[in-house]
Amino acid sequence: MIAWTIYITFAGALLLLFLPRALARWLALLTVLAGFAVGLSEFFNATNFATFKTVVRLPWVPMLGMEYHLAADGISLTMVLVTGLTAVSAVLFSWDVEERPNEFFFWLLLVVGGSYGVFLSADLFLLFVFYELVIVPKYFLIAIWGSTNKEYGAMKLSLYSFFGGALAFLGIVAVYVTAGTAKNAAAALDLQQLAQFSFPLPFQAWAFPVLFLGFAVLAGIWPLHTWAPTGHVAAPTAGSMLLAGIVMKLGAYGALRVAMNLLPEGFHMWSKWIAVLGVIGIVYAAAVALRQRDLKFVIGYSSVSHMGFVLLGLATANALGVGGAILQMFSHGVIAALLFAVAGRMIYRRTHTRDLDTLSTMGLGHALPFATFCFVVASAASMGIPGFSGFAAEIIILIGAWKAYPVAVWITGAGMVLVAAFTIRALKKTFFSDAASTVPAHDAGVPFETARISLAEKCGAGLLIFATLAVGLYPKLLLDRILPAVEAMRFLK
Amino acid sequence: MTNYFELLRFAAPEVVVVVTALVVLALGLAKERTSGICSAVAAAGLLFASAAVLMLPPQATLFHGMLVITHLTSLFQIICLALAFFTVILARGDGSSRHHGEYLALLLLATIGLMLLVGSEELLMIFIGLELTGLSLYVMAGFDKSDVRSAEAGLKYFLFGSTASAFTLFGLSLIYGMCGTTGLAAIGARLVVIPMQPLLFLGIVMTVIGFAFKIAAAPFHLWAPDAYQGAPVPSAAFIASGSKVASFVVLGKIVLVGFAPAQGSAAWHAMIAGWAPVLAVLAALSILLGNFVALAQSNVRRLLAYSAVAHAGYTLLGLIAGGREGFTATLFYTTIYAFTLVGAFGVVALVRRDTGGDDLVHFSGLRSRSPLLAGCMAIFMLSLAGLPPLAGFFGKFYLFSAAMRAGNDHGLLWLVALALFGSLISFYYYLIVLKVIFLDGESDSSAPRLAMKLDFLQKISMAVLAGMVLVLGLLPASLVARISASLP
Repeated sequence: MIAWTIYITFAGALLLLFLPRALARWLALLTVLAGFAVGLSEFFNATNFATFKTVVRLPWVPMLGMEYHLAADGISLTMVLVTGLTAVSAVLFSWDVEERPNEFFFWLLLVVGGSYGVFLSADLFLLFVFYELVIVPKYFLIAIWGSTNKEYGAMKLSLYSFFGGALAFLGIVAVYVTAGTAKNAAAALDLQQLAQFSFPLPFQAWAFPVLFLGFAVLAGIWPLHTWAPTGHVAAPTAGSMLLAGIVMKLGAYGALRVAMNLLPEGFHMWSKWIAVLGVIGIVYAAAVALRQRDLKFVIGYSSVSHMGFVLLGLATANALGVGGAILQMFSHGVIAALLFAVAGRMIYRRTHTRDLDTLSTMGLGHALPFATFCFVVASAASMGIPGFSGFAAEIIILIGAWKAYPVAVWITGAGMVLVAAFTIRALKKTFFSDAASTVPAHDAGVPFETARISLAEKCGAGLLIFATLAVGLYPKLLLDRILPAVEAMRFLK
Repeated sequence: MTNYFELLRFAAPEVVVVVTALVVLALGLAKERTSGICSAVAAAGLLFASAAVLMLPPQATLFHGMLVITHLTSLFQIICLALAFFTVILARGDGSSRHHGEYLALLLLATIGLMLLVGSEELLMIFIGLELTGLSLYVMAGFDKSDVRSAEAGLKYFLFGSTASAFTLFGLSLIYGMCGTTGLAAIGARLVVIPMQPLLFLGIVMTVIGFAFKIAAAPFHLWAPDAYQGAPVPSAAFIASGSKVASFVVLGKIVLVGFAPAQGSAAWHAMIAGWAPVLAVLAALSILLGNFVALAQSNVRRLLAYSAVAHAGYTLLGLIAGGREGFTATLFYTTIYAFTLVGAFGVVALVRRDTGGDDLVHFSGLRSRSPLLAGCMAIFMLSLAGLPPLAGFFGKFYLFSAAMRAGNDHGLLWLVALALFGSLISFYYYLIVLKVIFLDGESDSSAPRLAMKLDFLQKISMAVLAGMVLVLGLLPASLVARISASLP
């Protein structure tokens, strides 16, 4: 049943190419809603979360052992859920795309479908096929429909993605060749069987960093994170939402499911360094965000900072930390999507500027009350105010990290103050500036139309706010599904 | 044991193509304005020849291996015929030549050369095949008498080609002198017995150099950019596809069957003299040089030429790995590469006919002029870049895993890592082509471009090629299994 998320999405994408443009957004909405519904029903109805349970299994290239093999456990179900959630709100926030809408939604649905595929693949080759499938659609989404410096941002993002992909490719080929001979190749690509295989230690020592880094590029690991802010800023609103909400999770998921799960000893050898990079990412990105003038850059760097938490959580190698990392992946997906939606769609499309100083003269707090409300909620969640999902996830990660790296927790604690600082700064400058009272909006010299917030925007924002609140107030909902799956992984210390 | 009737039976496909070539030549000479009929006859002849290949007995050897029929030869003869078929379609109505009949006859003669190359396991016959192909292709490259670039292409291709032929012939003669036989299997058996010596290595290296020229591997690639860019588009397409496929088949047979005992090893810390390290150096040079130089190109055909150099490097990886798996990977990759490139050249030909050039600027805004061509070009470029779900991705995975598996302890890791680095670079310039097609020329609505006029045959042939690249990427199992099963 859950496999239908993939089929529905790709079918919708293909159908879009042949439909009149007036129907494009409706078909896209219908497609992502159907995918979301399937993901949601599986999320609540599935009973077995601990094992990677096979959904479909068909031979694909028998000679080389490739199978079309989909499976799901608690982690996959959670990731599928956040994919559906982000996809629905991304389509709602691109309701106003008038330029080549069929193509726009075609590429968008390819990203979504590929992501579903990655989260559900139980075959190493299949996982990588879906993983690489996402690169080119991202390029076109940004390069055609983006804004500021779009071609540069799109190319940078694509090259970084491809670079990560090439590293992961190398690691995957090495794993494939080491685990099986030409005769029993099937076992060498099956993720469940590979997870039982003990790779020689010297092999793990070099293959793990290659694989992990390859995937982690997409998760925004410092110092290979620079594609993320540039790409997020250049992307159209839906593009930023997908990038932050889904694509960065692909990297973290790949790092967890492939690198860590298959090469546990290699992971233990390197986990300290992952933690170091994660902590640097948290603090560094937060510090950089504090100095940005462009609202989207602030959010872009906050994404890198939040993904640093994911890496730190993964590096702890205990169930709590890793479980928290997955919860953070969900939480950040929702929160970042909401932040980008407010910045890109609600503000930028109306004011045509994202410069914080200019925005501070506009008195947006009064002009766009709904946008203000959404941004306040998202900022609170992003800062880690209790009651929102961000708090639940980060506190769990820190508890996990306390066991493994107490020093990291101290540094991160200081970093969180920076997170709060840049978030409040952005919030104040954008909506609650004193300057607004002295200079009326129409004198600011910027064309500024207070078009009303549309129904589509309200629905999309409402969905995301509901998700962050629901998980924040009742994290057990997700943790009950995530933790059994994490505890079944063999790299736990 | 063999009479002429039997020979005629076993060589039926070649005979069909020869007859077709003569008929087309006569038709072309008989009257002006017969290009349509010539194309139709040539296409029909190629189809008949494919049918004849299918009707051959599954296994036969004539004249000590001068003409061999196995599953492998049949499969690749059909592939060569198919490539020639698409080239005929590409050449249809090409305004550049008034002598269409002659052009097609040359194309068919080159095809016979390819079929002989594929279908022989004997050095002498292989050389004849090489020469027949080469001589036809030299003329085809310089066929456009109104274009000085075409003459340049023809001359360069001829000069480099004849030098390389001399190398090959010299090398082959040395090997014959050492082994006393020209049959590949017999040479392989002899090489096990006789000790390795400098003269023998000289022969092997010279032979390899001759083929390195044919497959455009660096540093023997210098003819390729000019030939690809200057020659008439169908000629360039055929040089880049058919000639390359057949050369890889023969090179594979020669090194893996004939020179098998002299393989040596290209593993990083355990290099052993032999042809494998030679090929490894060629591959590494091709990958680096091809990709880096392609970055700087502004002409799509020249870009494809340099990328072809890089792809020759990737494809060599399979041969360096050796064994059935490596050879299968090489053959699979070169096959899908050939079809991708014929498709890409097809798009270039149509764009050239529409805009009068094939620089990157001529492709700008192709999306709005012809969504179909733009989509097909996207598929070809992304497949060359090695992105899923297209055939190029699977081909690369197969090649690299075969190379990784060869040798102990991931000895060829360095080559695989280099090849992946090369693909990263190539991704950039392929994406630039797509950027020009899909992004540029959109904003300036002041000059609305007319939709390109394409007839049904052009549309369907492009769509078929793009579809092949997609289907071979999604379902490569049947072709891989077929190639693998056909290897001895």
